[in-house]
Amino acid sequence: MNSQLKVTPLKDEHIRLGAKMVDFAGWYMPVEYKGLRHEHGVVREHVGLFDVSHMGEVRIKGPKALATVEWLTTNDVSRLSNNQAQYTLLPNDQGGVVDDLIVYCIEKNQEYLLCVNASNTDKDFAWMVKNNRGAEIINESSQWGQIAVQGPKALQLVDRIFPEVLPPTFEMRSTRFAGEGVWIARTGYTGEDGVEIFVPAGKTAELWRLLLDKGQDLNVEAIGLGARDTLRTEMKYPLYGHELDDENNPYAAGLGWVIKPKIKDFIGRSHMLAGREKGLKHKLIGFRMRDRGIPRQGYKLFSKEGEPVGHVTSGTLSPTLNDNIGIGYIDTGLSLEGTVFNVEIRARMVEAEVVPTPFVKDTSLQKQS
Amino acid sequence: MSAFNVPEEFYYTKDHEWAQVDENVVTVGITEYAQDNLGEVVYVELPEEGQKVTQGEPFGVVESVKAVSDLIAPVSGTVIEVNMAMMDNPGALNDDPMNDGWLIRIEMDTEKELANLMRAPDYKKLIKV
Repeated sequence: MNSQLKVTPLKDEHIRLGAKMVDFAGWYMPVEYKGLRHEHGVVREHVGLFDVSHMGEVRIKGPKALATVEWLTTNDVSRLSNNQAQYTLLPNDQGGVVDDLIVYCIEKNQEYLLCVNASNTDKDFAWMVKNNRGAEIINESSQWGQIAVQGPKALQLVDRIFPEVLPPTFEMRSTRFAGEGVWIARTGYTGEDGVEIFVPAGKTAELWRLLLDKGQDLNVEAIGLGARDTLRTEMKYPLYGHELDDENNPYAAGLGWVIKPKIKDFIGRSHMLAGREKGLKHKLIGFRMRDRGIPRQGYKLFSKEGEPVGHVTSGTLSPTLNDNIGIGYIDTGLSLEGTVFNVEIRARMVEAEVVPTPFVKDTSLQKQS
Repeated sequence: MSAFNVPEEFYYTKDHEWAQVDENVVTVGITEYAQDNLGEVVYVELPEEGQKVTQGEPFGVVESVKAVSDLIAPVSGTVIEVNMAMMDNPGALNDDPMNDGWLIRIEMDTEKELANLMRAPDYKKLIKV
């Protein structure tokens, strides 16, 4: 192992479980244990545990906490009551985004926890501090472990360890584990029902082992980052560095539902709006391949007439559908469902078709909502 | 680390292909080390019979769910046989990459190119087994 890599509190657990470990954005992380496709199926059918301790946690508190989080993010933070969570964006001052994140309201007006992407934590924290509107901003990332428990049996498992604390969707509850405070949030990134548990770093391994032990009869397994990516792709959930980046206008990614320019001001608001008013050139679509070939990030899209019309942001074999699927930006005129276009795969034009998303439709999360 | 099967009689490339030489016909596949690193193979693209390949140049690809990997020709020559079963059922490549999972047979242009390939002891050093 490269000694420059950062490790989570669960490193030894992964090695003991026989994980294949890789360098993921500077972190020493499990990409798979028994096999990606198997793990993907475990989450869709049973329950899986993900080590997401590499995610960043930033606490923003004080009398100016709300004003600061409102200025830093695009969604309506004032709407959040205690224990409620919200998916949102951290805009830059050019109409693009620094990151996407979840804001958890610990105490309305006074205290918020922002959960950000691992690879962006330092950049996000610096950006928040630079654009602070008088709050106290603390990077607590190294103090927290985080375990995502996801799948149709996830709630059943969590309830065995934390009886009667399960929150409704997009809410969290604070409770105790091994003498320390933990947060259980009804959020996730797989399209399945489940929770993400924020647990102090020193207790993360103990909770991980307990979840594996208590969930044996539910077929619980550890799931690597490989399946995490295929699961989120099947839902067309955006991933920073793929669907979102410094330059793309998030309206083009279909994220208008988390951008609230009519009721608040935020960093880069005028640029983001101007981009939308000019008319969005590209739109983010989901597509499936009609011929053989797996689309990959960066592959170019062409119209049937041979004009360049966009690019792939994510693509994979969908383990659930056993079909090759992709996400990409395409000229707005070609973004309608049913439109046929080509993906250039190794100098070959392979036919694809715009399809409705999420690609997978009957997950436990969709059934319960 | 599991011990990978590295037969003495095969030749190897630094890109983890194996080559089995029978007179002027070379059977080509990927090593156990390569399949283990790739993970589950979900897509295989191979050349057609009659196509020319060049030593050190890509002749096809294998893809896992996560990654695309070029297949590199161990020798120059003409493809005389393609294992179509691997294109139809890519997962079989994980089961037996050294035998049933062979990919193509090449009629090689010159035996001299074999000198550029590794033998088993050197390949074992490369993959540290």
